[in-house]
Amino acid sequence: MDDRARRAAHRIQGRSAAPGIALGALVLLSPVKHQARQDRSTGEEHQALVDALAASQQDLIVLAGEMKDPDAEAILAFQIAMLEDENLAAPAFARIETGEVANRAWHAAIDPEIASYEEASDPYFRARASDLRDLRDRVLRHLAGEADQTIPPGVIVAAEDMPPSMFLATDWRDGGLVLRRGSPSSHVAILARSRGVPMIVGVELDPVENGRDAVLDADAGLLIVDPDPDIRAAYGQRRAEQAELRQAAVSFVGPVLTAVGEAVQVMINVTGLAELGDIDPAGVDGIGLMRTEFLFQGREKLPTEEEQYQIYRRMVEWAAGKPVTIRTLDAGGDKPVAGLTQPGDLNPFLGVRGVRLSLRHREVFREQLRALLRAAVAGNLKVMIPMVTVPGELDGCRALLEQALEELRSEGVDARMPPLGMMVEVPAAALTIEDFAADFFSIGSNDLIQYVMAASRDEPQLADLARPSRAVFDLIGRVVGFADRSGREASLCGDLAGEPAQVAALLDRGLRIFSVAPGALGPVKAAIARYRGPS
Amino acid sequence: MNQHQASVLMRHEVGLHARPSVKLTKLAKAFESRIDLGLSPDGPWVDAKSIVKVMATKAPKDSTIYFRAEGSDAQAALEALVTLVDGDFQDGR
Repeated sequence: MDDRARRAAHRIQGRSAAPGIALGALVLLSPVKHQARQDRSTGEEHQALVDALAASQQDLIVLAGEMKDPDAEAILAFQIAMLEDENLAAPAFARIETGEVANRAWHAAIDPEIASYEEASDPYFRARASDLRDLRDRVLRHLAGEADQTIPPGVIVAAEDMPPSMFLATDWRDGGLVLRRGSPSSHVAILARSRGVPMIVGVELDPVENGRDAVLDADAGLLIVDPDPDIRAAYGQRRAEQAELRQAAVSFVGPVLTAVGEAVQVMINVTGLAELGDIDPAGVDGIGLMRTEFLFQGREKLPTEEEQYQIYRRMVEWAAGKPVTIRTLDAGGDKPVAGLTQPGDLNPFLGVRGVRLSLRHREVFREQLRALLRAAVAGNLKVMIPMVTVPGELDGCRALLEQALEELRSEGVDARMPPLGMMVEVPAAALTIEDFAADFFSIGSNDLIQYVMAASRDEPQLADLARPSRAVFDLIGRVVGFADRSGREASLCGDLAGEPAQVAALLDRGLRIFSVAPGALGPVKAAIARYRGPS
Repeated sequence: MNQHQASVLMRHEVGLHARPSVKLTKLAKAFESRIDLGLSPDGPWVDAKSIVKVMATKAPKDSTIYFRAEGSDAQAALEALVTLVDGDFQDGR
């Protein structure tokens, strides 16, 4: 065993910005060096900056021509437009005239611009600082005569921040990205999500060394440096499964029937609009779970009612009449939200999370409910409450929803009462499901499993326990059976629904609505089509 | 030459952001007239053809955008710009 293999695994927690798993060597990107070159005349410095700006513009135009998605194109179009605007470099040329060298002059011109974006109160404007740093560094590299830093495929890149143009120029096959700065609302995060590149942000990079073996679990926001062979193998397996699912999804579109001709609905779980770009609404039966946490995470200020309304409305429009189930903020547990969740919660999964949190932050909840009521006018929207444990919580939500509807109507704003359902993920709720006045049920198997089995899904040593057992399946059967008898719908939106090997067992329990990650659509539909009834 | 003015409420979800700014300045540059943009009827004014200046206003959603234009095609320029902003930058994103 060599030295490296004997090192203890080192786990560094960050925040997930784009899901997925990557394994590989860490490549630490160093910031661009900004040395000044000496002994050039004012005229030469002037020309050097003119050339560097032109070369940078050329790079970006070439890069933009290679892009196939509108997000990427728009980001580069913005940088090109900034470069084309002579106002950007004008202060730099003025400084060169006074004897400053080109790279210092360029810094002096653009750094205040970057700073002004960094100080912006609006997170969207703040995120543009990263685009400008990208531009600045590209020009600096040309001034220094350096070529672009190239990144080999299959590695986990760790950096302070990553410019969008570098992200777009990189071959991310089997790779991943770890940033100290950045946020889930940055351009790079949007790109990473739409391209399926695992990415986490907010990672302490000091203990990270170049060339170390690492596992990036971007589903959990975790970087594991020097993983031991067991962990590595487990993650290797998970990554292979994820890749297989993505592959299979491509080949299976359209509605699905079991082998005996019974219709089963397969919907998708999403976190935002970006993921919908690649999905044909005709191939799914709706959105079974829209997680709204992404709208709240990694930003300084909570999203406004209007911002949420626009997103919810567009999702409903995308679905074109098919149901879109939007889950109210499920913060807490493994999903902290700055300014909302309590730091240092001793046992966060059993703490103030989901509806417990929403009912304690009425103002934030009210804005979300208002946005949902307004978006409900645009189509088939349903509202789902997470972590409901006792009937009073759901009743409280319904009262708040009705109150918000009254307010909107009295303000003359178009709004409509959507069906109100609940997540079934707390065993107490599953066991007394008859008591809840929900319009529909959706089983959250991830939490249900860990609460029923008393085993954390984040503890690799307990992976054998944190599995669906007969206890879990019996509870699922109980909920689905009651829903059936009372003429309501029950779906399952946890990871369990996306495991082809579990599909038959779920169908055996009467489940007829699955909601899965888009990558699992194909394999799950294939497993449903093979189903011939209870064995 | 006459100076023309116009204003329009911007409803774009994230304000006068990267994509909208690119579209707005590109459109402004298609006209000969000198065109300024401001966030109040008396300025301060910035060159509507400069994305650096336009982005720097960091105009949030629900701001009223004021334009003033001077030149041979000033009226047409204002109409086109108001239509762009009013139509949410013909851009669902």
